[in-house]
Amino acid sequence: MTTVYEKSKMLTDAPMSYCPGCTHGIIHKLVAESISELGVEGRTVGVAPVGCSVMAYNFFACDMVQAPHGRAPAVATGLARALPEGVIFTYQGDGDLAAIGTAETVHAASRGENIVIIFVNNAIYGMTGGQMAPTTLPGQVTQTSPYGRDVKTAGYPIRICEMLATLDGTAYAERVSVNSVPNIRKAKKAIKKAFENQIAGRGFSIVEVLSTCPTNWGLTPVEALKWLEENMTPYYPLGVYKDITAEEGK
Amino acid sequence: MANRVTVNEQICKGCGLCTSVCPKKIMVIDRDKLNAKGYNPATVSDIEKCIACAMCAIMCPDSAIKVEKE
Amino acid sequence: MAERILMKGNEAIAEAAIRAGCRHFFGYPITPQTEVSAYLAKRMPKVGGCFLQAESEVAAINMVLGAAAAGVRVMTSSSSPGISLKSEGISYIIGSDLPCVILNIQRGGPGLGGIQPSQADYNQATKAPGHGDAHVMVFAPSTVQEMVTCIFDMFDLSEQYRVPAMLLGDGLLGQMMEPVEFPDVKVTPAEKPWAANGHQNKREHNVVNSLYLQPDQLEAKNIERFERYAQIQANETRAEAFETEDCDVLVVAYGASSRIARSAVMNARAQGLKVGLLRPITLWPFPKKELLKASKTAKDILVVEMSMGQMVDDVKLALECKKPVHFFGHTGGIIPTPAEVLEQLKTIAGGAAK
Repeated sequence: MTTVYEKSKMLTDAPMSYCPGCTHGIIHKLVAESISELGVEGRTVGVAPVGCSVMAYNFFACDMVQAPHGRAPAVATGLARALPEGVIFTYQGDGDLAAIGTAETVHAASRGENIVIIFVNNAIYGMTGGQMAPTTLPGQVTQTSPYGRDVKTAGYPIRICEMLATLDGTAYAERVSVNSVPNIRKAKKAIKKAFENQIAGRGFSIVEVLSTCPTNWGLTPVEALKWLEENMTPYYPLGVYKDITAEEGK
Repeated sequence: MANRVTVNEQICKGCGLCTSVCPKKIMVIDRDKLNAKGYNPATVSDIEKCIACAMCAIMCPDSAIKVEKE
Repeated sequence: MAERILMKGNEAIAEAAIRAGCRHFFGYPITPQTEVSAYLAKRMPKVGGCFLQAESEVAAINMVLGAAAAGVRVMTSSSSPGISLKSEGISYIIGSDLPCVILNIQRGGPGLGGIQPSQADYNQATKAPGHGDAHVMVFAPSTVQEMVTCIFDMFDLSEQYRVPAMLLGDGLLGQMMEPVEFPDVKVTPAEKPWAANGHQNKREHNVVNSLYLQPDQLEAKNIERFERYAQIQANETRAEAFETEDCDVLVVAYGASSRIARSAVMNARAQGLKVGLLRPITLWPFPKKELLKASKTAKDILVVEMSMGQMVDDVKLALECKKPVHFFGHTGGIIPTPAEVLEQLKTIAGGAAK
């Protein structure tokens, strides 16, 4: 018998605290597998956010630091400056990264900080029970946009990859999705590339991962995959927004 | 001998994502079983049809599935 | 001992930090502490260190959190409004049991207040540096030389107890120039087996964290931390007593206002008044036993601060209100004069003599 697929050794035995069918767990696997395949577990330090993935420090088998809400890129900056040989990543949700932590995110990118950001965009605040996020779609119903997000009063969603791609400090920005097996394979490639960039000292890499929140979207896990495909990807197109290695190759 | 799919029933949350991606439609939720957390775990209905593509395991958010090929 | 050089307070602090083994500084410009950043921006690259000007005080303190978690000696500097911004991160640093050094070169408040010297952040520093049951060690030197020696001790003690140390200075001390000598000591940072610096596949993974969702675990952590606080209170209080042996009136003042109070005490002594000065050097832990000793013969206490009166409450608490405690102060840039303090002393002594 040959093993085709098994749980990554970069994940601990702690059962994931996410709701059934939440795709956070898939993204955790891709991060863990990438780090493991690159053989850098021993020098990796991850930064957990505030939000559903606050307890990511229990799931990754590398050293971890838990950051205040939105401050993960600043904490990662401190780690990266103190550990020149370290492989530093943050794992953040949309409220953490694109609302309360926008300044920390933008400036870490503009400094070209040599870190990886895994940005999980599920268009809602999950942990607090489904409030409007900076990435909530126009018209989307949440607890705090009960009549649907009205852009006249609540403004428009933020497209993080597009925004960060305009900064000179950003080395790599790609948006991927984990709503199907082919997309998961592409997401894995992107995440691994982000870590390769960091190991090579290329600077700031962000991978935005479109993710589901079946519980707060009020859908079954399988319906949520479809909702993501039909509603999120038109507003948040998948693809590479910046890649300095591709530009160098030209 | 068939391929082998092992589901860690104690950490499976019965979300059904694996069942939605199985090309052979052999990943199913076992409605007759409950794990300690109260979820119906996933199981394989007919292992003889398994092609060890591991799509179920790739899709599983809880890393509950191991796939081995004969 | 090295040579004696004339230095500005803020620059002396910065140089002391480097000599104490600090190679990481994260800050944001704010008057009246900007010389700390400017000095370190010049010096850090020369010693292979990291100077980083953050996008905000909020980011700066979280960079401190990250570097401290990695196990290196790290410092940040700010002034009153900036410390308010940092208080979130300070609470997380306390909750994560990380060592670091924080400078607050105070200015007048509240709000944007003013940019002149003040001591109005005493309560913030000693009572609520961040949310939760939280303390930092607070040092209040009164000379440029003492700022230097404090910085060395603060790095050591912060690591020893895994509690952040704050230097509570003010614009007057930060901006003044005085001769200073840097101690010629070998710095030995503490072992940090808890650091999140990569496990190198040699140990279990470390987690630096302040989240304890189980109430019993959270309480156990708080109790354990307060046991360390109790050790600090038992072992680390510092104060200087001046002419207190036979005093009728005891002045209590720290930092810049203690310099003024000292002049007033000397003038009062010259006029035959039995007055003394107790100068707390640590504000948290508050030097209670030193105060009780210094106030033994005193009938009255006068607290002088550059605020509307904050430390005065700790003095009353320490004395359990058994003696009258008077207060004299000015706020935000108006420095009390020795003559004003002497006037107060005369009035009180006159009353005390009756």
